[in-house]
Amino acid sequence: MIDPFAVLTLAATLFAIGAVGVLVRRNSIIIFMSVELMLNAVNLTLVTFARMKGTLDGQVLAFFVIIVAAAEVVVGLAIIMSLYRRKASASVDDAKTMKW
Amino acid sequence: MGVVPSAVNVSWLIPLFPLAGAAFLLLVGKRAGRAAGPLATLMMTAAFVTGLVTFVQVSHQPAGSRAFIKPIYDWIASGNFRVAVDLRIDQLSLVMVLVVTGVGTLIHLYSVGYMRDDPRYARYFAYLNLFAFSMLVLVLANNFLLLYAGWELVGLCSYLLIGFWFERRAAASAAKKAFITNRVGDLGFAIGIVLIFVSVGSLDYDRVFSVVGGLGHGTTTAIALLLFAGACGKSAQIPLHVWLPDAMEGPTPVSALIHAATMVTAGVYMVSRSHAIFDASHTAGNVVAWIGIATALMAAVIAFVQDDIKRVLAYSTISQLGFMFVGVGVGAYTAGIFHLVTHAFSKALLFLGAGSVMHALGGETDLTKMGGLARKIPWTAAVMIAGWLAIIGFPGTSGFFSKDQILEGAYASGHTAIWVLLLVATVGTGFYMSRLMFLTFFGKSRLDPEQHPHESPPVMGFPLGVLAALALVGGLLGLGAHDGMIQRWLGRTPANEVVAPTLAAPLPPAPERKTGLSAPALSTLATAAGLAGVAGAAYMYLGAFDWQRRRQKAGFLWRAARNRLYVDSLYEFLFTGAGKLGATALAFVVDTLWIDGVVNNVGRGMTLLSATTRRVQTGYVRTYALGVLAGGVVLLGLLVGRTH
Repeated sequence: MIDPFAVLTLAATLFAIGAVGVLVRRNSIIIFMSVELMLNAVNLTLVTFARMKGTLDGQVLAFFVIIVAAAEVVVGLAIIMSLYRRKASASVDDAKTMKW
Repeated sequence: MGVVPSAVNVSWLIPLFPLAGAAFLLLVGKRAGRAAGPLATLMMTAAFVTGLVTFVQVSHQPAGSRAFIKPIYDWIASGNFRVAVDLRIDQLSLVMVLVVTGVGTLIHLYSVGYMRDDPRYARYFAYLNLFAFSMLVLVLANNFLLLYAGWELVGLCSYLLIGFWFERRAAASAAKKAFITNRVGDLGFAIGIVLIFVSVGSLDYDRVFSVVGGLGHGTTTAIALLLFAGACGKSAQIPLHVWLPDAMEGPTPVSALIHAATMVTAGVYMVSRSHAIFDASHTAGNVVAWIGIATALMAAVIAFVQDDIKRVLAYSTISQLGFMFVGVGVGAYTAGIFHLVTHAFSKALLFLGAGSVMHALGGETDLTKMGGLARKIPWTAAVMIAGWLAIIGFPGTSGFFSKDQILEGAYASGHTAIWVLLLVATVGTGFYMSRLMFLTFFGKSRLDPEQHPHESPPVMGFPLGVLAALALVGGLLGLGAHDGMIQRWLGRTPANEVVAPTLAAPLPPAPERKTGLSAPALSTLATAAGLAGVAGAAYMYLGAFDWQRRRQKAGFLWRAARNRLYVDSLYEFLFTGAGKLGATALAFVVDTLWIDGVVNNVGRGMTLLSATTRRVQTGYVRTYALGVLAGGVVLLGLLVGRTH
């Protein structure tokens, strides 16, 4: 039996790494991967909580997150593709024309 | 209450037929083509036949149980307050149903011919059917709210029909004038209904009428006068009479249907229906009677000098409505309703006859350009003579009996002054009606020699004939002042006194007076008065008297009457002028400075605010992500902070 606290710490660490990745990196592929990292950190938390409470709610929710993440991958990659075609770059800072 | 006659159970068909006709014609529109007129007429005929069958079946019931209520559905149910859509089938409503559908059918039939070449033929008949439906709702309602609904529907239909030829500016303005003037009265009516609800707690006729005697005199008088304000608007009594003469801008059959035979009688009907309220307040009754007689006299005076054939008839209608209000005001309700019925026959006839004259002359309405038409259009002349005899109260015709009973009622109830004035108004009726007839049909022809008058087609001639017959013999309904058919039908007799008086017998008996002049003497005086008016008109317009030259140097009275006694001008100055002034002030002060100022300054403030805050939108996705994260952290912090 693994200590839930250790698992939650791991999840929080993963989430923080993901968040920092989203904030500091410019390459959209990397940002995308960081987002996935955050999602999976949340999944880990959900499953842990489910285990702690002895119910299945968190596990079910984790499945939903996985499915939504799969859909999000499709949409996200499509956006990255069309961004690259337009700007010949994958840097998110190149898509800065939508402002005041 | 005995067995409910089968026709009462299907009485909802009576208003349904015209409603279905209206709905169908409005939906189908022009595609109905020539069929629209006959279809609408058929619907009215069906309603009339249903009404007639109901009437016959109800008349076979014993005298004490001739009132029925046919529930349709609950309209409003809120706590203790209930308003149901119920049809009230009783003596009074059946008389009204027969008048509305009977005269209505004839006018529909006449319209088939009269409106043949109108481009909006189908729409005309849709409105006409809708009007009949509204009027039927009005007379069949069993509570004040449904009555009010019918009342407003009638107002709407009259607006649509007066303004039917809305391309003409005069017709459009007349429609608005009618609608707005009616609204003034309706406001009083609405307040009256609210007052009834506040003081009684119900709007059902039976409930209201059974407890109204117990209310204070002040409350009863206020309710009665507010209701009468509505009646003044709809029935064109002083001071709200101004709309009716202008309403002649509509097609002539509309004038016959709405502004002579049915809609304007709504006020008389409503006062008779609410007689319990008016009985409970002598003040209100006197006000009604005095307004009635003042209107009767004023309208007669104006009718003396009008040259437009339809306008003379319009003022005549106002005058005759005044007679009816005198009748209901002095407590002779049956006489008022009886006059309503006979007047519906004769006035519908006269209006349709006037339409036939206009048809013959290509739309000419000016009496000074007619004359000698009796030889050219003999059928129209013959039927109009019947209507003329009826309205001046020539012995034996319908108007003779009904007008007689109003005069007798006024005399018997002790309103001798009103009775004398009624005699004067009767002289007036004789004069202006004879003037109209003499100028139109007799004497030398003043026609444009280019004109070749032609008789109307049979589809128009036939309804005229039926109405002429009714105008001549309709008086038999009321033969005998207190025991005529219509009196026994409408009135409260000893036999049905016992059974719930408000429900079974709608109208109290006409007042009787043992002393003073006898009934035959009163009758003779009234007839003599009418004939005196005829003689005066004959002297001026048939004999050697040159009325055309006399007109060149007209006196002040003539000019005043010509200008409708300046009432319209006064209203225009008081209300239109003041309204325009107020509107201008509002436009410049409130609208420009205030409303525009608020709108503009809100916009300007937003521009200023956004000039700085929009810098937040950098276009860098990562900045936004940081914002989202920061927000999430703050929220989380708040949550954690609250739990600890």
